[in-house]
Amino acid sequence: MSELAIDVRGLKKSYGSFEAVKGVDLQVQVGEIFSLLGPNGAGKTTTVEILEGHRTRSAGEISVLGHDPGKSEKAYKERIGIVLQETGVNPYLTVAETIDQFRSYYPHPRPRDEILEVIGLQDKADARVKKLSGGQQRRLDVGVGLAGDPELLFLDEPTTGFDPSARRNAWSMITHLKELGKTVLLTTHYMDEAQNLADRVAIIVAGRIVAEGAPYSLMAERGGDTRVTFALPSGAPALPSDLGHDESGDRIVMSTAEPMRLLNRLTGWAIDNGVELEELSVARPSLEDIYLELTKDAEVNSA
Amino acid sequence: MSTAAMTLKQVRYENKAFWRNPASAFFTFVFPLMFLVIFNSLFKGTINIEISPEVFRKVNSNYFYVPAIGAFSVITATYVNLAISISFSRDMGTLKRIRGTPLPAGAYMLSRIVHAMFVCIILITIVVLAGIFFYDVDLPTEFLGGFILTVLVGGASFCALGLALTAIIPNADASPAIVNATVLPLQFISGIFIPLDNAPDWIVNISKFFPIYHLAQAMQGPFNPFDPEFKGNDLLIVAIWGVVGLALAVRFFTWEPRK
Repeated sequence: MSELAIDVRGLKKSYGSFEAVKGVDLQVQVGEIFSLLGPNGAGKTTTVEILEGHRTRSAGEISVLGHDPGKSEKAYKERIGIVLQETGVNPYLTVAETIDQFRSYYPHPRPRDEILEVIGLQDKADARVKKLSGGQQRRLDVGVGLAGDPELLFLDEPTTGFDPSARRNAWSMITHLKELGKTVLLTTHYMDEAQNLADRVAIIVAGRIVAEGAPYSLMAERGGDTRVTFALPSGAPALPSDLGHDESGDRIVMSTAEPMRLLNRLTGWAIDNGVELEELSVARPSLEDIYLELTKDAEVNSA
Repeated sequence: MSTAAMTLKQVRYENKAFWRNPASAFFTFVFPLMFLVIFNSLFKGTINIEISPEVFRKVNSNYFYVPAIGAFSVITATYVNLAISISFSRDMGTLKRIRGTPLPAGAYMLSRIVHAMFVCIILITIVVLAGIFFYDVDLPTEFLGGFILTVLVGGASFCALGLALTAIIPNADASPAIVNATVLPLQFISGIFIPLDNAPDWIVNISKFFPIYHLAQAMQGPFNPFDPEFKGNDLLIVAIWGVVGLALAVRFFTWEPRK
């Protein structure tokens, strides 16, 4: 087993009588992109802020890069980078000055030009922060998090509010961090983001981790049936009754644990009858479907 | 890098950013000068100033208003400036972000205080120079050291009080209103805008409890044309308030945005 960057056992956090985190275990390996997912109020932010050293814990053992974040040691802060949801940089400094300012806090900062390259803001080095677009500011936030050349980077919802192309750019930037050997703890509300970026994900609901693993193995384990969807042209003969189907608007939906077998029967029937299966699609349940299924009860409870 | 070097470097970034918001920088300096002109024009002539307890003498209003607006400037540059700007930094997540870096919390706070003191010194210099060139006030050469000490100790004390005040400011939008509510009434009853010679005792007794009265007194002392003096006792009371403010700030200061 490779080295652990984050090792959390039995983490608990209470606010008065409210138990926000009810015993979380979490192991993140060095060099891994690990994504923590969960609805608002599930204990996700509390967990991350305890790891960052912003909050104290009520119980549990934590080792992050061999440090106890609760001690708020300078030596620990020198090895991590934190990108919060709030921007928190001075709007009147330039991009280069902002990065240099934060670099000056660390013993072994990453060269400024390298940071600008990673975040794709080389052309904006001399622009004032307040003149940047929302996406550019968010990239600068990540740049500031990288100032100390951290071994572990905390990214809190790095692409919230991005347009689709800005999100793709951010994703390639985060993938690039992995190539640099960084460990990344990512929180996000976008399941496709976690599915695309994360080596492993954990889903936290009501203070407990309810599912954990690589996105694709989670999808395989918990995904359930594959959905086959299509439309039949008018006047088509009736579908073979043993295939079973639901109708959703003008779409026919079939669920199966054996998609290959079903498709073989279905397409065989269609060709034999000269019927075109319009807009045929085959979809495995996405991480989002699994997430929605797992968090359904929590949403109902909190509503 | 040593903590002192980190602090100084941080002060330079604060300073750079400060001057790049010209509207804010301009009014920080012009506001007290406006008051100097307005009050000197409204109450032109002779006014009574307190020479010693209960003893008043008529002097040219200039001798009252130059140090009084000086005291106002110290409060504006330190207490008002820090309480508002720190509230904004807290809401923007700047403080939380700094807290997650190896920069010691004390070094960061010190850099904010040092910068506020820097603004305070520039502002006092402008007010005193305006007094000398436009209002025929003499530079208090006899007690110049005492005057400078008053500005430094007074400024530092009001920095501490400004930091303490942020503990009761819920969000940045509320900060100007709360800050003004804490200083404006006291400035009216503490001999900053209006001399206290006709003030009823109860007003003076209230004002004597708070530090603004004593800062005004300590600023007035060296400028007194009859009997210039360094008012160490008043400055000591200001300093005690400062120490209490510091203790409250250390105890109750928060780095995270209030939600």
